[in-house]
Amino acid sequence: MKLNDAVWGALFALLGAAILWHVQGFPRIPGQNVGPALFPGVLAVAMLVCGAILIASGLKARRGAGAAFRWTVAPEWLRSRRHVLAFAVLVASNVFYLLAVDRLGFLLTAFVYLAALMWVLRVRLVVAVPVAFLMALGIHYAFYKLLRVPLPWGVLQGIAW
Amino acid sequence: MSPAWAEAFRLVFDPYNVLVMMGASLFGLFVGAVPGLTATMATALLVPVTFFMAPIPAIAAIVTATAMAIFSGDIPGCLLRMPGTPASAAYTDEAYAMTKKGLAETALGAGLVFSAVGGLFGTAVLMVSAPALAEFALKFSSFEYFWLVLMGLTCAVFISTDRPLKGLVTLFLGLLIAGVGLNNPAAFPRFTFGNTDLLGGIGLIPLMIGMFAVSEIIRYAVSDDGEALIVDRPIGNVFKGMWALAVKYPKQILRGSALGTLIGALPGAGADIAAWMSYAMSKKFSKEPEKFGTGHVEGIVESGSANNSALAGAWIPALVFGIPGDSITAIVIGVLYMKNMNPGPTLFTTHPERIYSVYLLFIIANLIMLPLGWLCIKVAKRILRVPRDILMPVILLFCIVGAFAINNTAFDVGVMLVAGLVAWMLEENGFPITPLILGVVLGGMLEENFISSMIKADGNVLAFFSRPIAAGLGALTIAIWFWPLLRRRRAAPAA
Repeated sequence: MKLNDAVWGALFALLGAAILWHVQGFPRIPGQNVGPALFPGVLAVAMLVCGAILIASGLKARRGAGAAFRWTVAPEWLRSRRHVLAFAVLVASNVFYLLAVDRLGFLLTAFVYLAALMWVLRVRLVVAVPVAFLMALGIHYAFYKLLRVPLPWGVLQGIAW
Repeated sequence: MSPAWAEAFRLVFDPYNVLVMMGASLFGLFVGAVPGLTATMATALLVPVTFFMAPIPAIAAIVTATAMAIFSGDIPGCLLRMPGTPASAAYTDEAYAMTKKGLAETALGAGLVFSAVGGLFGTAVLMVSAPALAEFALKFSSFEYFWLVLMGLTCAVFISTDRPLKGLVTLFLGLLIAGVGLNNPAAFPRFTFGNTDLLGGIGLIPLMIGMFAVSEIIRYAVSDDGEALIVDRPIGNVFKGMWALAVKYPKQILRGSALGTLIGALPGAGADIAAWMSYAMSKKFSKEPEKFGTGHVEGIVESGSANNSALAGAWIPALVFGIPGDSITAIVIGVLYMKNMNPGPTLFTTHPERIYSVYLLFIIANLIMLPLGWLCIKVAKRILRVPRDILMPVILLFCIVGAFAINNTAFDVGVMLVAGLVAWMLEENGFPITPLILGVVLGGMLEENFISSMIKADGNVLAFFSRPIAAGLGALTIAIWFWPLLRRRRAAPAA
């Protein structure tokens, strides 16, 4: 997704303004005229200035481009169904991982995660399923057994090894 | 030999460390040779594993893996016309043109041999300049550090990006991200909104894994991978004719290595920019510039040595001041803090053996690059056929587990995924990521030195210029800020 500089400028200026407003509530260091609000405050003002310059340059581009001007330009891949699907599955599988890993356990979640991603990248299922299975086991072994990272077992708790 | 050097030899030649270096070499060669996987990504992927190692093996893994990856990035450039890492992009067309002329051996050999030469040159500069700078830096107060950090960030924005404004915006974002949590002069919880996970700040490692690895995978998923044809021709002896090249182009090798080390040492600019600049420089000063682009080895010799020397150069400010010279050392600094090896001039006096170990690691990495790189070229065709559609999901899962492993919290995994998405989105819109990372790494240091300087100055801004070195650094920093404006003003009447 390509946004015009003015849109980005507005976003950053807004962020700067919000931070500037938020840091007003920060306490001061007693006896000093500096405190935790100073540094983010300076940054917020700088951000506001940069945002304003970006807005100006975006608007200038708008005048230059005339009728052909767009606030947003959809990238090439948004027109390709395969790529849109790949992006959607990529986001969905990560959300799935975060939501499911504690309940389902790492092994099952990782298997589904890998299989889904390989499927959407058009790996043949006869390859994707066994590879996903082996890789989930492999990463589990490396991190759980060798590096002792407490990956959750979830529903497989009964057969934990 | 001093006891510190003896200790360094013992640490580096420890069997476990040698094993780690071997493993990291193979990993680095592989990551570099697969297009779409970068040397920075290799470092980010290594961090969760190095987390469980002693300091020296952890550093050894990163030093060897990155040195190998920057060299092996040349291989797909030569055989597929696809750079394996951005650091090889400058001369990919040249190398491919050489391959088409039947000179693949020379192109690969020049990449390999002069990578090693450049790497050793950069290491030599590191060994000479770092201790000298460290001694100098011992006298620094918060004023000097404030200007030094500010100058580093300025370089990252103005020298390493073509759109300084966009670089500035991402830099400010990074500095703001660094401000999250309790880590500030008053230990007041900033921008945490009652979330306890945010009290400790946003984790540097999950952020980096997201920005350097996850974003690449998103980019891969939404782009056409373009099945490239591998040049199918047996590759002969890559070392043939290298001595003749070294005799023919000594000035180029020296110039490339020197420029590479310098660019590497400048914060924010790393191996990729070093390669672009030295390729351009090589063409400019060449006696036969018309041959560039048609399969002429001169540019590969010069920029091939530049990108590897940049790797070592980047460690100079990283070790002495804690200011990363490139995105790889930005991650390294995070690792050093985790290993209780806080970078800074005092590291040179308290743990000289560790500093010497870093030198040794660089020397060894660049020497074993020759046989291992030769081996890698032998099996290159097989590596290039690795199905990336299988590889990318596995790397992504590895990233998730890696981000989780640092603190064992799902929160870090979320940070990593969001960071990946944001970095990808920003880069799609021409906002550079390196200034953001530098901002996150240096934000705490900049604020701390800014606030203590402000308290010392007691409201008098001139105090920032009251010490001679601080005044010099400050003047230089401000000069860089106004340089683009001055240049524009001078160019305007002429145009």
